[in-house]
Amino acid sequence: MSETKKTPLLEVKDIHVYYGAIHAIKGISFHVNQDEIVTLIGANGAGKSTTLNTITGLLRPKHGSIYFQGENVTTTLSHKMISRGIALCPEGRRIFQQMTVRENLEMGGFTRPAGEIAESMEEMFVRFPRLKEREKQIAGTLSGGEQQMLAMARALMSKPKVLMLDEPSMGLAPILVEQIFSIIQELHEAGVTILLVEQNAQMALSVANRAYVLETGMITMEGNAQELLHNDAVKKAYLGS
Amino acid sequence: MIFLDNLVNGISLGSIYAIIALGYTMVYGIAKMLNFAHGDVIMMGAYIAFCALQYWNMPPLVSLVVAMAACTVMGVVIEGLAYRPLRQAASLAVLITAIGMSYLLQNLALMIWGANPKSFPGSMINIPTISLFGGELKITGATLVTIVANIVIMIALTAFTSKTKTGKAMRCVSEDRGAASLMGINVNQTISITFAIGSALAAVAGILLCSSYPTLQPTTGSMPGIKAFTAAVFGGIGSIPGAMLGGLLLGVIEIFGKAYISTELGDAIVFAVLIIVLLVKPSGLLGKPVREKV
Repeated sequence: MSETKKTPLLEVKDIHVYYGAIHAIKGISFHVNQDEIVTLIGANGAGKSTTLNTITGLLRPKHGSIYFQGENVTTTLSHKMISRGIALCPEGRRIFQQMTVRENLEMGGFTRPAGEIAESMEEMFVRFPRLKEREKQIAGTLSGGEQQMLAMARALMSKPKVLMLDEPSMGLAPILVEQIFSIIQELHEAGVTILLVEQNAQMALSVANRAYVLETGMITMEGNAQELLHNDAVKKAYLGS
Repeated sequence: MIFLDNLVNGISLGSIYAIIALGYTMVYGIAKMLNFAHGDVIMMGAYIAFCALQYWNMPPLVSLVVAMAACTVMGVVIEGLAYRPLRQAASLAVLITAIGMSYLLQNLALMIWGANPKSFPGSMINIPTISLFGGELKITGATLVTIVANIVIMIALTAFTSKTKTGKAMRCVSEDRGAASLMGINVNQTISITFAIGSALAAVAGILLCSSYPTLQPTTGSMPGIKAFTAAVFGGIGSIPGAMLGGLLLGVIEIFGKAYISTELGDAIVFAVLIIVLLVKPSGLLGKPVREKV
């Protein structure tokens, strides 16, 4: 494939991450190209969130390195990642429960000049009309689906070059899961590069271009998302058929 | 009139507790630690203001600014040297460090200024006593300034945390440090700013405290510190209006307890009320129940 020729937007090379004595990530490597949706699928505890948290600098790899736009960002402080263009919409949403919807979005644009925030916020309100309706509401009072939309909008407020989504479907009713995934596809069509981590392999593989299967801290399979969707081993382990 | 007199004194003392309690509650809310050295920063602030007034002949307002500036630096340095390295450590380790820091400051003061109490000059707050109701109710300048300062600080802090970018960043860090960091907020810097504000307020509190109760010695900050901490817990630790309310109530209860029940039992009554409130509402008067993360 031709994609392998150019420098990937985000590249993770052989990282090892430990929690104390626990070897959580055992040397994984993967990359995300411009304009792709790449998904990391795997069971609970496979190390998916750990991988994303390591990319953002919330955790540090013991070995290995992370490159963003060709630059080594392995030791970049977590609060500096967002101005480089990496936004994480974290597992469990982690919106600021005691702040209003509007304030949450403002915080998403924390690193951007005040003048640009208003415009981006309008864009978010167009994309997520429910948030416009709830603009002045305290975020903790939103429903699960609305909170997920807020978390995604908040991450987008920084105009990221790559948006990392950690289990966006977690805890949501099937209809909301479909809605979230159609938003992910819309974002992709609008030109956002996405790294998606999911337990819902079916949904993740159906929207993604490429996929990596993570098992107990190692990548066991990788390839075209459509092919993996029809791969027998993947079907057996993750698609329940 | 005695009732009104007691009420005014209670509000005045309560205002001092409230300003100190703000320091505890902001640091607790944002850094998730109990800064037991806060009371001693108050004492240091009072000593520095004392020196500025008495030895360096500075005017009161300049002395206030000098004390605030010195305490701000002190707070930031204490945080950076003693607490920041323990950010990932067990909370017990941080607590012990804070207690150690408290003794360090007290002994430092003992070394510099000696054990003999100093009499804090009344010239710090140069406002005449107001007589109301034909002289039956007297409000001293210190009392008046204390109450006004409390109101101003409360309004300013509320505006700061709800309107400014830094203030909002502080609320984010308070709620979820990791998520705040993902937004691009520098958590360490935000905690530093919190210590700076809390310590500057401690200087103000120290001056107000010693203007009403002029005996200044190295342990001056201990008891008011503990009581203000009580006030912060009473009102709901982490909550700015809670610290205000807790401080005021505590001051009024203490003065009334001393006036109407027993002078000796004044402090005991204060803590008894605290225990009762916490039994009924463990998160304090305005505190939010802690949500366990799942």
